[in-house]
Amino acid sequence: MVSVEAIGPEPNDAMATGALRTFLRQFRNNRTGILGAFLVVLIAATAVFAPLLVTHDPIRIMVGPRLAAPSLDYLLGTDQLGRDTFSRIIMGGRIPLLVAFASLGSSLAVGVVLGLIAGFGPRWLDNLLLLIFDTIRSFPGIIFALAIIALLGPSLGSIIFVIAITSMPIYARLVRTQAQALLGSEYIAAERSLGAGMTRILGVHVLPNVIGPLLILVSMDVPAVIAVEAGLSFLGMGVRPPTPDWGATLNDGYSYINQTPWLVIASGIPIVLATLGFTFLGEALRDIFDPTLRKDL
Amino acid sequence: MRRDDSISHTSARPLLEIRGLGLDFGTPRGRVHALRNVSLDVPAAQVVGIVGESGSGKSTLAYTVMGLLPENADVTAGSILFEGKDLLKMPAQARRSLLGDRLSMIFQDPMTALNPVRTIESQMIDIQHHEQGSRSEKRARALEMLHRVGIPDPQSRIGAYPHHFSGGMRQRVCIAMALLVKPTLLVADEPTTALDATLEVQIIRLLKDLQKEIGCSILFVSHHLGAVAELCDRVAVMYAGEVVEQGAVRDIFHNPAHPYTRALLECDPGRIKKSTRTLPTIPGEVPSLLGSKEGCIFRTRCRHASNRCVLENPVEYRIGVDQVARCHLLDEERLVSA
Amino acid sequence: MWLYLVKRIILAIANIAIAVTFLFLMIRAVPGDPAAVLLGTRATPEMKAQLHEQMGLDKPFIVQIATFFGGLLHGDLGFDVFSQRAVADIVFEQLPYTLELILVSILWAVLVAVPLGCYSAMRRNSLVDQVAGVVTVATIAIPSFVVAVYALLIFAVTLRWLPAIGVGIGFWDGLIYLILPAFAIGIGWVGYISRLVRASMLEILGENHIRMARSFGISEWRIIARYALPLAILPTVTILGVGIAWLLSSAVFIEVVFARPGIGTLIVNAVNTRNYPIVMGVVLVTTFLIVAATTLSDVVNAFLDPRTREKLGHGKR
Repeated sequence: MVSVEAIGPEPNDAMATGALRTFLRQFRNNRTGILGAFLVVLIAATAVFAPLLVTHDPIRIMVGPRLAAPSLDYLLGTDQLGRDTFSRIIMGGRIPLLVAFASLGSSLAVGVVLGLIAGFGPRWLDNLLLLIFDTIRSFPGIIFALAIIALLGPSLGSIIFVIAITSMPIYARLVRTQAQALLGSEYIAAERSLGAGMTRILGVHVLPNVIGPLLILVSMDVPAVIAVEAGLSFLGMGVRPPTPDWGATLNDGYSYINQTPWLVIASGIPIVLATLGFTFLGEALRDIFDPTLRKDL
Repeated sequence: MRRDDSISHTSARPLLEIRGLGLDFGTPRGRVHALRNVSLDVPAAQVVGIVGESGSGKSTLAYTVMGLLPENADVTAGSILFEGKDLLKMPAQARRSLLGDRLSMIFQDPMTALNPVRTIESQMIDIQHHEQGSRSEKRARALEMLHRVGIPDPQSRIGAYPHHFSGGMRQRVCIAMALLVKPTLLVADEPTTALDATLEVQIIRLLKDLQKEIGCSILFVSHHLGAVAELCDRVAVMYAGEVVEQGAVRDIFHNPAHPYTRALLECDPGRIKKSTRTLPTIPGEVPSLLGSKEGCIFRTRCRHASNRCVLENPVEYRIGVDQVARCHLLDEERLVSA
Repeated sequence: MWLYLVKRIILAIANIAIAVTFLFLMIRAVPGDPAAVLLGTRATPEMKAQLHEQMGLDKPFIVQIATFFGGLLHGDLGFDVFSQRAVADIVFEQLPYTLELILVSILWAVLVAVPLGCYSAMRRNSLVDQVAGVVTVATIAIPSFVVAVYALLIFAVTLRWLPAIGVGIGFWDGLIYLILPAFAIGIGWVGYISRLVRASMLEILGENHIRMARSFGISEWRIIARYALPLAILPTVTILGVGIAWLLSSAVFIEVVFARPGIGTLIVNAVNTRNYPIVMGVVLVTTFLIVAATTLSDVVNAFLDPRTREKLGHGKR
């Protein structure tokens, strides 16, 4: 990867289209990858166009009878407050995608900065940051999230904050490794001797090299984020009622599981499809671009 | 004057007879014809060497005999008769039951050949699975063999793990394991290549002594001509997947008939008499083995190549009593180098 | 000789120290009177005064953190003013239920996944391997609480084959009550471990010593079990150590879904009632568990491989 061509400053258009063609050819042969891409596009499109797709107001109570089975009027039945489940599920996809976007975006930004500091900074700072990254990894996932929520109060903001903190070390470590590899190369020494500033070295040499692997890692983290958001909302620690959300609806369904199976079925399936879709897509991207990339680096 | 007419000097049937063997490797770039029309005999209680450059197919031949080929290998023609039975036509189960009993093998790299997480003792007892006897009897046999191959203090060393041994000692352990099962044919794939020169001499001598003691045959694959001259009774020279010349070691070394054999002998540092600053090499490269091959495979690097070499694949010509080579020069001129 | 072990333990202690400091600062970082924050709106002035004194809020910051650490060293996780009991007592009362659940879950997962991974590696690209390849990714991706709710719906509510909630009475009854929860937690691990075993098995099967074992006609099953598996299992041991964080997270959901006692139920109830001392107690204990498990798996891993075992001081050299 550290060949001069690969990190050359000018992107080559012909090379880029060639690479795109190779990618498409490899992707076509990856059946689960195609399924994943299809599911991701389906879920993203549903979330974007949700207001056009809903059949009822997802928040209004008693638009129909309570806990009704699916019918032509209420495609997936109704919940315990007589709200239309179909409309709530359609709108409910917005929350997990929003949480994933916000949390992984901020995590990526912080991770890249800390990774660069660890990679280019003095040795003691590097060691300290590594120890902090290790420590964050030893926080117990959902239990840590619950502790933060206990302090900050149950809200989407708390969830985004927790996910951003806990997923950051992986990105930071990747950037750090790449930065240190480059720091040792004669190539950078030559650039520096020519008077290239840190900004140039970062912008031209480090970031283009890590952006691919970083995006693959992010895409593989998305299903976990969706699961965490849905899970915390399922525990009642996420979105506040009456906001429609898959995890919250699953909780409603769980509470009334003896009366009707439809709420559980209707809210569980989109969670499964979303996590499956992003997982299949992420794995396909990894297999094609960087089969050696592992999450435990 | 085909090979079939010539009679080897042992009247009994050879232990191993390879006849017209062809083998392809399926690769993403196409089929590689790694072995083509290979015929070779290993008489009982004799040591037969196979020499050639890297990529000549000599190791592939050894693995084919053992049936340890990778999944992409495909035998396309020929037969391998071992004790009169065709190994290639045997059911897998029957063939495997010969391994570790009638057939055993020594590998090239002693550093990776032993299982790193099991003791020498457990590995040496394991390989005697064809044998009768209790664990302690098998252990005693293993100890005896370790002693025989020159492992000092085998009583205390047998419980050690492979990483406690040096490369030379590990190869001795491998030899002990291969001979512990008292094979009738030992296949040795470059057993000394990974070792330094002093160790190589010791290992060759050890193999020679043990071969005499046990009375087995050895198929000895090497690119080191000195080792072959020291150990072998007969030798086959391979080039790009074909046996170009074979015969008694004495004949081949003193009277090489094929231009490739001669070039190979000229390049052997051990045989260069004049002091020189540059080692001789054979110009050119081993040709690609993708696609079909017409004519003599060596012609691209041969000083004597003619039009006939392009058109026609040379058959085996007999030289002397027990030496055959595939070269048109032998037909045209009956050329025997002096 | 013992250098590796000592280094590993020092690292573990440093990890825990930083984690504890972080948690300590987190409580203090919330604006307002920490005692009032910790106790929430339900607290009486007496409770606040009691906690104030316990936390030593009138003393300098450095004394507060030192007292906090000192307490931890004595196993003092604080005091729950609502129930008037030590936090440590409450947490350790619930911990066995959670440990039982995650141990049973991981045990069945390993027992199924290791043979499955071996089989997939032996019969690469066979129908079983290909189906397993897709199904395992799916089981890894699907969240455990969704599996749990669906399992509850199908086997407990609809088919009524298995009990829905609780832990049962006695050993066998308890085992029956464990089936659905352990299934929900373990199924993702089956996928994960079998993929891991398959990948490392394929790598090991390509190594020279396996070819050597084959050259002695040793049966394929024996080669897998005795020659390849001891090496191929090493990455799984590492993952199991790290995986306790994962297991504890799933256990929170599974305990809530199946209404089982345990630290998951404990912390969820504590968060709902704003009982911060309990929340922090659970976080501290689980953090310690995770660091200990990670360290232990590293050491076990080193011990399983004779090449590294000697560094632990058991070898002859």
